[in-house]
Amino acid sequence: MAEAAFIYDALRTPRSKGKPDGSLNQVKPIDLVVTLLREMQSRHDLDTARVDDVIMGCGNPLKEQGSVMSKSALAMADWAENVPSAQVNRFCASGLDTFNMAAAKVASGWDHLVCAGGYESMSHVPIDSATGPLADDPETVLKTVSVPQGISADLIATIGGWDRETCDEVAVQSQAKAARARDAGWFDRSVVPVRDDTGLPILVRDDFLKPGTDIQTLGALPSSFARMGSMGFDQFALTKYPEVARIDHVHTPGNSSGIVDGASLVMLGSEAAGKDLGLTPRGRVVSTALTATEPTIMLTGPGPASKLALKKAGLSMDDIDLVEINEAFASVVLRLQQDLDVPDEKLNVVGGAIAMGHPIGATGGMLVGTMLDELERRNLKRALICMCVGGGMGIASIIERV
Amino acid sequence: MTFHYDKDAQGIVTVIMDMDGPANTMGPDFVTLMRGTVDRLEAEEGLTGVVIASAKHTFFAGGDLKAILATEEADAGYLDFLTENKGQLRRLERLPVPVVAAINGAAMGGGFEICLACNHRIADASAGTVGLPEVTLGLLPAAGGIVRTIALIGLEKGLPFVLEGKPARPAKALELGLVDALVDNGAMLVEAAKTWIRANPDAHVQPWDRKGFTYPGGNSETPANRMMIAGAPVMLFNRTRGRLPAPEAVLDVAVNSTRMGFDAALDMESRRFLPLVVSPQAKAAITTFFLGMNGIKSGKFRPEGAKWAATSSAVLGAGMMGAGIAWSHAAHGLPVSLKDMSLANAEKGRAYSEALVARQTARGSMTEEAGARLLAAITPTDRNDFAGVDILVEAVFEDIALKEKVIADTFGLIGTDGIYGTNTSTLPITELAKAAPDPSRFIGIHFFSPVDKMQLVELIVGEKTSEETVRKACDYCVQIGKIPMVINDSRGFFTSRVFSTFLDEGQALVHDGMAPAAVERAAWMVGMPVGPLQVMDEVSLILIRKAHDTNMDLDRRLPDNLYKTKNAYSESIAFDMIEQGRGGRQYGGGFYDYAADGQRTLWPGLKDYARGNSRVGMEDAMDRILYRQVIEALRCMDEGVLRSEVEANIGSIFGIGFPAWTGGALHYVRFVGVETFAKRADELAERYGERFALSRDVYAKLLDGSGFRVGQADKVALADPEAQSA
Repeated sequence: MAEAAFIYDALRTPRSKGKPDGSLNQVKPIDLVVTLLREMQSRHDLDTARVDDVIMGCGNPLKEQGSVMSKSALAMADWAENVPSAQVNRFCASGLDTFNMAAAKVASGWDHLVCAGGYESMSHVPIDSATGPLADDPETVLKTVSVPQGISADLIATIGGWDRETCDEVAVQSQAKAARARDAGWFDRSVVPVRDDTGLPILVRDDFLKPGTDIQTLGALPSSFARMGSMGFDQFALTKYPEVARIDHVHTPGNSSGIVDGASLVMLGSEAAGKDLGLTPRGRVVSTALTATEPTIMLTGPGPASKLALKKAGLSMDDIDLVEINEAFASVVLRLQQDLDVPDEKLNVVGGAIAMGHPIGATGGMLVGTMLDELERRNLKRALICMCVGGGMGIASIIERV
Repeated sequence: MTFHYDKDAQGIVTVIMDMDGPANTMGPDFVTLMRGTVDRLEAEEGLTGVVIASAKHTFFAGGDLKAILATEEADAGYLDFLTENKGQLRRLERLPVPVVAAINGAAMGGGFEICLACNHRIADASAGTVGLPEVTLGLLPAAGGIVRTIALIGLEKGLPFVLEGKPARPAKALELGLVDALVDNGAMLVEAAKTWIRANPDAHVQPWDRKGFTYPGGNSETPANRMMIAGAPVMLFNRTRGRLPAPEAVLDVAVNSTRMGFDAALDMESRRFLPLVVSPQAKAAITTFFLGMNGIKSGKFRPEGAKWAATSSAVLGAGMMGAGIAWSHAAHGLPVSLKDMSLANAEKGRAYSEALVARQTARGSMTEEAGARLLAAITPTDRNDFAGVDILVEAVFEDIALKEKVIADTFGLIGTDGIYGTNTSTLPITELAKAAPDPSRFIGIHFFSPVDKMQLVELIVGEKTSEETVRKACDYCVQIGKIPMVINDSRGFFTSRVFSTFLDEGQALVHDGMAPAAVERAAWMVGMPVGPLQVMDEVSLILIRKAHDTNMDLDRRLPDNLYKTKNAYSESIAFDMIEQGRGGRQYGGGFYDYAADGQRTLWPGLKDYARGNSRVGMEDAMDRILYRQVIEALRCMDEGVLRSEVEANIGSIFGIGFPAWTGGALHYVRFVGVETFAKRADELAERYGERFALSRDVYAKLLDGSGFRVGQADKVALADPEAQSA
């Protein structure tokens, strides 16, 4: 890397149920981003004219959050008019992808200050809003053996030998760890309350969590994908995994990531730009990686992506203090833990998307903030962040404190 | 060959299609005629409407399958032909006057595509069936059939119609919106069409040519349609196992046609036809399911002679097979005496039909009256009170001594013109015939279980069975709604031999170390209805062992006529499993364990039978499952068991579930290409054993027809499609 990419700050909105009865449903998608832009500016007294680009992830960049909503958000937040913006879609990884892209821009030496992150108002633009060949073009579906990701998640669990209880236990842990962290105020530095025009709060902290969730409560939930599987998706998927007799449908709404609204914003820059603007770096980007794996099982990319990031950095797992794998599904967590041999105490230490929700395009930026906060709180050095991605892709970032 | 052109005083032109041959068909001649007709219509002074009608008893029969079968290259010229054909229909629907189709009889394929290019469709209420069956022959409707169907009735109703290719009878077609009106009196069709034209002089713009056109039920983006589009490919895959390109193309064209302009969609539809017309799947479907099946049904493969019909019959043995055979007789109006040792048993045999009748009347698929008539045709008895019957089918227990006794005792009960059939799946007919006073009138009739569902009947010709008896037996099968396949007597016959190799190869794969679940999946993926290990369990290992023992006994009795198929893996695995108390599903478990709720789990103990240490890839496994059966079928041919290639193909599909996409167990060699098949078989032989080895002479015999006893008729069917009427 020519230039070190420093992380100057990472903010996020609280997350809330992404349905009409969620706390953020009354907030327009653009206002989630405006909230964070304003906070970033005021918190650092930032001369926004110095920002070279704002790249924001979004999994369904259409309808209310379409038309490069992030550019409109810059104007609504009164950022300088010379600041450009792009809206990026790499499915669930969008928010980490923008982070990696921003790091690359800074590292190249061509840009000096770049914001990343993402947004998703799932209560306004539901998860299945976008059409595409992946599910809507019969020829593509048939040739690529494209199945809904819940089928893939259940297949991963089946192959891994992780039964319903093992997956539910991941959820119990996520809920317990997230509740403890939130209630102890460990998220307070990064979570920016969403307020109305007069400054009255609409939502101050995450309210999707279900503290006290236990194995009995979870065990009562019905399988989410059994019916879909019996429609033919199971047999279709298993043509790629012929030795598996049948798919065990272990995932439920309780052990899968929650559907929520939320946004994230991370600011990266060169050392010089930070000094110039009086910013204190919280960390730096060590390496990033993207890869793609077999697309039918779809969600096994995090392990290979992480290994690639480690290799680029010349590090081993022993050099990593904390690991954050996006909790898309319980089996994805278990698979990553197996692939990288991560001890429990290093993994998703403050819970994850099963407890707090996964606002598709925003999540990646949120995980960066979570890890920075936790490295600081625990006085540790290095974290690995990784996510599974639609289409079989995997993404990873390694960050460290400076 | 012409299109009659008749203009009435009010300016309505009636075009009556009257092409050469028994039916109107869509080929180059049609394009010429249609172009001439539309030229004239466009120039016609004072034109007020057009009626498209037919001079034949059907409206229009569809594409020219003989020409399609002969097509070896789909080039730019072929696309030009499709475009030109479509262009004439496009011109027809854009005439400035209403155009009405008067559908007097079946409008199939291209025929219905003409109707779709009219502004209004009126059909004869009893005869005007419409359909786009191309997909069932490996093709797609390439004269606008898909695009217009979807534009006319929308995705939800239109997809099943274009995807399944099932014809819609007039009332159903009206309900779906595929036709607009029905006329009870066929003679009034053209008049009804003219009446509509006079009442609707401005109805000459097709919905899709109107400004602001929207698809009925919405485009592909509505939630309901998206859900359907997401599920349809996968449901299709589960049906076809991905082996049939035609329905996949039909689905894809149907869905995507709604995402582009109408003329662009028509062009896409034509282009997607090109790879299909030369595909081996289309050739297989046309050869086997169209030409082959028609040949069998019309008696092309039976010995020549007058058509025979039985008027009386008897079935001996009222067990499951006998009861099912009696049902088939009664269901086709053939009175039958159903005899068993006791009247109670015979009545129990009739109760089988009673249950079927009850189910069908409850479902509404049979009237009470028809049900009563059917049951009245079955007379249970415990005496030989049916002397003089035209056909007697002996279906007693599969025991050679018992059968010999029954045959000797009852042969005299058939009439002077009658024939005697013995229902068996293993016992040599020539041997059993020795018990018959007149072996020339004795024939093997191998029914499949359950008889009321299985269409195939294997007719086994003994050494002394006369050709007259073969002819009568064939006619009898067709009479009771079955498909006859005639073979020459040989140990194991045909279907059982081929099927046993399927089961054996499944176990061979287990032996070689393949995961049992993968073995089952390989069979599923090549299109077998049920995996070999599950079949073993359903049939029961014990029954398979019994058949094996019977064959061993017969080998001792017939040292000059040994059972030729060697199923080594069934012996080393299944027979050993029986020793371990795993006799099959009805015995509590076999290759699978069965939970109380019926859930099957592969028996973990199977791993102990794995001897191989190399992984067998799926490609090899799938080929082994198919090739093993095909090679056994070729061996049967080589040994003189088979009478015709067509019958072997139909028999393999309808008797033992050999995958339909192949065109049948022998046609598959042509499907793959003889040289490619032979090379692959050599490769499998080298890698997995001699059972895949076959001399090149055998393939030569397949190609020149010399491997068949009745080679002539078969050669006609395959080499010269002209000889078959479409």
